[in-house]
Amino acid sequence: MSFNYEEYIRKGTLPHIWCAGCGHGILMKSIIRAIAKLGIDKNKISVVSGIGCVSRMTGYLDFNTLHTTHGRAITFATGLKMVRPDMTVILVCGDGDAVAIGGNHFIHACRRNIDLTMIVANNYIYGMTGGQVAPTTPLNDISTTTPYGNIDRDFDICRLAEGAGATFVARTTSFHTEQMDQLIIQAIKHKGFSVVDVIDSCWTVYGRRNKFKDHVAMLEWQRDIALPLKAAERMKPEDVKGKILTGIFCSKEAPEYVEEYRKLQERVRGVTPGQPQYEQPSDHL
Amino acid sequence: MSTSEHVRLLQGNEACAEGALYAGCRFFAGYPITPATEIAEYLALHLPRRGGVCLQMEDEIASIGAIIGASLGGSKSLTATSGPGFSLKQEGIGYACITEVPCVIVDVMRGGPSTGFPTGTSQSDIMQARWGTHGDHPVICLTPSSVQEVFYETIRAFNLSEKFRIPVIVAFDEIIGHTREKVVIPAPGKVEVIDRLLPTVPPDKYKPYDAAGSPIPDVPPIAPFGTGYRFHVTGLNHRKDGFPTNDGRLIQEEEERLLRKISKHSAEIIKYEEYKLDDAEVAVVSYGATARSARRAVKMAREDGIKAGDFRIITMWPFPEERIFKIARSVSGIVVPEMNLGQVVYEVERSSKGKTEVIGIGKVDAEPIVPGLIFDFIKKALNKKAIGRKGC
Repeated sequence: MSFNYEEYIRKGTLPHIWCAGCGHGILMKSIIRAIAKLGIDKNKISVVSGIGCVSRMTGYLDFNTLHTTHGRAITFATGLKMVRPDMTVILVCGDGDAVAIGGNHFIHACRRNIDLTMIVANNYIYGMTGGQVAPTTPLNDISTTTPYGNIDRDFDICRLAEGAGATFVARTTSFHTEQMDQLIIQAIKHKGFSVVDVIDSCWTVYGRRNKFKDHVAMLEWQRDIALPLKAAERMKPEDVKGKILTGIFCSKEAPEYVEEYRKLQERVRGVTPGQPQYEQPSDHL
Repeated sequence: MSTSEHVRLLQGNEACAEGALYAGCRFFAGYPITPATEIAEYLALHLPRRGGVCLQMEDEIASIGAIIGASLGGSKSLTATSGPGFSLKQEGIGYACITEVPCVIVDVMRGGPSTGFPTGTSQSDIMQARWGTHGDHPVICLTPSSVQEVFYETIRAFNLSEKFRIPVIVAFDEIIGHTREKVVIPAPGKVEVIDRLLPTVPPDKYKPYDAAGSPIPDVPPIAPFGTGYRFHVTGLNHRKDGFPTNDGRLIQEEEERLLRKISKHSAEIIKYEEYKLDDAEVAVVSYGATARSARRAVKMAREDGIKAGDFRIITMWPFPEERIFKIARSVSGIVVPEMNLGQVVYEVERSSKGKTEVIGIGKVDAEPIVPGLIFDFIKKALNKKAIGRKGC
């Protein structure tokens, strides 16, 4: 029997806004499958997004969903997670949202190692506004704001996350759906800030301007260019060049922020002489 | 915990933090900025001891995002800042307006624009508090005048925020923020503390933006995330169930409800203090630290036989326009001193509808407006009246 997605999608919210051939739907279904596999109570899941095409996913999903402002999803998620540590908080952001306008929050969430799962739908472009250059757009590619070719070097989101201190970092593509499911499951299970960089496809405003015949050609390109990290380790550097490395970049244990804050609270709890103290509201965690 | 009333010597910023704790605030996120930093420092010391959370975020924008997120989790939340940070938070404030998430933003006003005069006092963010974020939106802004009043108005800010599901701004000048005064901290339970309206319907019937049947007209109940009421929150115009909409009629309806939510309840939100206005020929309308000079100036005028009175604004937004119109009809001049180059004076003019002469005193030299200067303007206002009569 096929998987029942309807249980996780809000009634009356479809059809979605995404173009035909967009990879966001593949990602949404993968997130649903991962959550189902983990068996987490829907009431205890919050999916938080910023602004952009993929951010509209939160509207369709039947969880506690929060569609925030551009680039700021992590900040809202941080506040929520600190007061509701019992909740699983998952972020779904586009590449521009995550590492351009939201870049500062991104590196600091990595540094804090707060228990959030961040999934970046990395389609190399600003899709919703019609195809402007992103910090992930490859060199020389065409966008509406780089009509003569992009001269800005692109970010490697995984290396950025790892360098900033994230404790679980992985990459997959929208072609590799089984790997996507597995990585999202591991990222959610990981205690600490986890990042999954999903190489996504936007044919409408990126692929079509950059020599991809159609949507299928983009998926085929993802299939061909993806190279598992483990395989790359055994290869000569010149053979790895131009490939997109996939798999787990890092997975390590480190003090987690919510947990550390709870320890701090316990350490300092109590009355200071001469200082007033007030009752905590009963509904507060 | 302290169960009885007690007296403290506190600066305005500390009294603000104490007021927040009294009101049940258990989440603070901020970023260092003069002259508001003491609020973060005080809460960093006291919140974790009481099971709360105090975070220094990576920037001002992160701070407003974090308090909105925490509030959605069910925690009363606060951030504090000053001019440049207040500018950066404006998008987030608009988000809290349209998503109707309760939170409190403190703005300890310093000189501007831009970096301006970080340690200099000012009252120049009054219009930013009203119109800082884009689009039509409701606003509540409170402007206390003393350290004790900062304590009470911070509690009231939380109460109004929770009751009406709206971000509330508490704006006070650097003088109030850094002045140390006696503060009486009442016993817990002595001052009313209001918590947000929770839904009474089962989760499958809950619509986060449906105010029908709510005990507070136009204010829908709000469920904390994680409690079984799964819903969608978005800064896009949305339907009553929270899902985005492009339906113009619905957008108009919801926007009007947002504004009505405050305008309809303005009588209970608006707060002011009047002094010797009954027989006054000249009124001084002021707020914050300047109101204390105004009171002294009115006393000086009375000692000189001049019938002066003062109107002290405590709720700045919504503006007490009806009361000011009545005063305008009974006096021959209104003096509006403020530590900016003209903001509230235009609101007073608008409210007066031409019934009286309105004279502003604007100062941005980072010094308080002294009583003597206001007294001089009270006399000027009287002279204008005399000139006016000659003309009749």
